[in-house]
Amino acid sequence: MPAGRLLPYGDRAVLIELSAAEEVIAVRNGLSRPALAGIVAVVPAARTVLVEFDPAIISRVALSELVETAVAAAAPDVIMTSDPVTLPVYYDGADLAEIAARVGESVEAVIARHTKPDYIVQFCGFSPGFAYLTGLDHRLQLPRLDSPRPSVPAGSVGVAGEFTGVYPRSSPGGWRLLGHTDATLFDPGRSQPATLTPGTRVRFVPA
Amino acid sequence: MIEILQPGLLATVQDLGRAGYVDIGVGRSGAADLAAHRLANRLVGNQEMAATLEITMGGLSLRLRHAATIACTGAWCPLTGVGAMDWHRALSLPAGTTVRLGSPVVGLRSYLAIRGGVAATPVLGSRSTDTLSGLGPPVLTSGMVLDAGYLIAGDPIDDPAVGLPDPARALSRGLTVLPGPRLDWFTGQAWAQLTGGSWAVQATSNRIGYRLSGPPLERSRSGELPSEPTLPGAIQVPPDGQPIVLGPDAPVTGGYPVIGVIPRFGPDGLDALAQARPGHTLRFRAR
Repeated sequence: MPAGRLLPYGDRAVLIELSAAEEVIAVRNGLSRPALAGIVAVVPAARTVLVEFDPAIISRVALSELVETAVAAAAPDVIMTSDPVTLPVYYDGADLAEIAARVGESVEAVIARHTKPDYIVQFCGFSPGFAYLTGLDHRLQLPRLDSPRPSVPAGSVGVAGEFTGVYPRSSPGGWRLLGHTDATLFDPGRSQPATLTPGTRVRFVPA
Repeated sequence: MIEILQPGLLATVQDLGRAGYVDIGVGRSGAADLAAHRLANRLVGNQEMAATLEITMGGLSLRLRHAATIACTGAWCPLTGVGAMDWHRALSLPAGTTVRLGSPVVGLRSYLAIRGGVAATPVLGSRSTDTLSGLGPPVLTSGMVLDAGYLIAGDPIDDPAVGLPDPARALSRGLTVLPGPRLDWFTGQAWAQLTGGSWAVQATSNRIGYRLSGPPLERSRSGELPSEPTLPGAIQVPPDGQPIVLGPDAPVTGGYPVIGVIPRFGPDGLDALAQARPGHTLRFRAR
């Protein structure tokens, strides 16, 4: 039973502020299915969920009530139980040795920590198909690089703060890199353009 | 077919935008001045989903390889090569016509519609060029040839009295601003400054964000905000206190606190801001 705080976001949206990642996933799931009349989009992020609505169909007051009900009913322990997506990873990242040094463990131990959990896509952002995966081992929760790399290769697997993730394509980036995967994570020509969508379970395995 | 002779500073294909993919990190994109884009389509009798050309700061020239009906809206530019020069009118032009847009007299972004719409392969349901992610048709370059599509709804409208949005008037009235989710991250004085002060549009503004400069907006609390979902129109304030209004191609999440939000629709919202040139000084009105 998360207690969400409703924050104003202009004339066509409200922002729900929550206190934990699991609440974000639960509230996002609760508001996303079934489709609710007047809700245009439900967009999760780290601790907040944006609800865009059409004021011609639903009033702000009615929307607020609907959101509050959905937030109260959201069950953090019920998570979408799809089969996990398994991503083979070559643990050869530019920062792997430095991460192991920071953690004070061997490279093998770091890989074991990264491949152990089932992650969940909490939200996507930064670039199309870039998923923020929650469930990262506390020991691997490290700050971003002081100075972002001008170009991170596509498929790079990294960690930053509480999240791990994969760069779907080459871009600048400040995440610490553990390795890379050959999987194509975003292709606008596919019927499912993004491999990793909010709520998806993810596992990394050594390639 | 249309042959682009000169694209000017920046010209892109735009439609109503890419809805429904925000939760996989895909931005909304779409015409920066939606009202002007819609009007251009209506004038040539297009369906509302048709794409137009969004032309930044004029300077575009094109040659019609076939007879075509076109219309220009948005920032008013001197138009040459079309005989009876007319803005906000459907113009039926013979094959071989070269159309040139000069520099806009007022405003920044012009829209050129062609009857049938600009043909392009839709990407995730939209023909809009997203200048941040690169999704959609490529930015226009000299020598590029575009086709007209088949997205026709009715006859062209030849009525000079059709409602004309006036970007200059909207900008002089001031833009509407509504409280944002992180207003409480700022001092009370910051909101008064935002809504009472003058803001200069910086030259680094683009479709991703409109960067404003003025007296720095002061925060009442420090610290970091975990990434939050964003919307075009959100006014983000980085630590330097200089606001950035997110544009149609903005990323879908961001970490700077949002002090206020400019409405996407309506005459005093983002459409008007899309017409503010670098150096323009604008004001906000709280609602």
